[in-house]
Amino acid sequence: MPSGTPLAHETEILAAAESWKRGGRGVAIATVIETWGSAPRPVGSHLVIDGEGNFLGSVSGGCVEGAVIAEAIEAIADGKSRLLEFGVADETAWRVGLSCGGKIAVRVEPVT
Amino acid sequence: MNLDQLAKLNRCLAARQAVVVVSALEEGLEPGDRVAVLTPDEIGARHDAEALHEAFRSGKSGMVEIAGRRFFLNVHLPPVKLVVIGAVHISQALAEMARLADLDCTIIDPRTAFATPERFPDTRVIAQWPDVALPPLGLDRYTAFVALTHDPKIDDGAILHALTKECFYLGALGSRKTHAKRLERLAATGAAPEALARIRAPIGLDIGAVSPAEIAVSILAEIIGAMRAKPSRAAGTSA
Repeated sequence: MPSGTPLAHETEILAAAESWKRGGRGVAIATVIETWGSAPRPVGSHLVIDGEGNFLGSVSGGCVEGAVIAEAIEAIADGKSRLLEFGVADETAWRVGLSCGGKIAVRVEPVT
Repeated sequence: MNLDQLAKLNRCLAARQAVVVVSALEEGLEPGDRVAVLTPDEIGARHDAEALHEAFRSGKSGMVEIAGRRFFLNVHLPPVKLVVIGAVHISQALAEMARLADLDCTIIDPRTAFATPERFPDTRVIAQWPDVALPPLGLDRYTAFVALTHDPKIDDGAILHALTKECFYLGALGSRKTHAKRLERLAATGAAPEALARIRAPIGLDIGAVSPAEIAVSILAEIIGAMRAKPSRAAGTSA
């Protein structure tokens, strides 16, 4: 891989999570575990986050990453997993909804 | 997941080993206790063995319910292989695009002036004849095969080898006329008509591609079409 490649693959994303953790950073892994309708990223996709909000990968086309990262930082702090659901029906659709009209469930899990 | 489990997962991915991550979804357990990272060989007599084997067969990640408990199975299969005969201009574009699309690309060309690491940074290049280079690669149903040299001396034997394998995609560069001649030559070696019918030529989706990069797009698009074709990404099978 050339350095600085902007497009990260699942293997690189998970490898980054491991090296961040070994480097002493808090790390959480977010995974798309269910989708309904048209969803931008398939089931199994990962976003990895460190305690300072640095991240790699994606669970949507960028629509809900901000909310997932915020939850991930809390998950790293309290050591507990979270299950998040996002869809257009959400009242906060303008902020964290999926503009594609799909729905996704995302599991956020701290690496212990 | 704990660090040991994550490290095992990464070792499997790096070694191109199929692996599944099993996560129990109920709360109240420590993250590391809810997760198992397993290769097909490690399933053994687990109570969820059937669901795990099915996950590896289908390659599909998703939710399952076992004995009233909900689990998420994340299946990681090794990436699809792309084997390209010919270290030509189109191959340079194709290798780069294949990397972006997560295909595991290998370029084969006996002409050492073409098959150089300088022309193909970040790609595996084998400067040998296909009859030497191909057998160890183990072409299988997760392999796309592309012949691009345009030179019968190099392409023909490689295509005949690929025809004996289950490659889900088999394409060869050349106009209709060139391909008709190729079919005659291959038939003369004893290749069966139904086998020869598997060769996609002229190669690539018909998008009027002109430049090497455009032709690479049309080839990659055709490969992805074959890979994602339902019901199975192995075209021509009903599994």
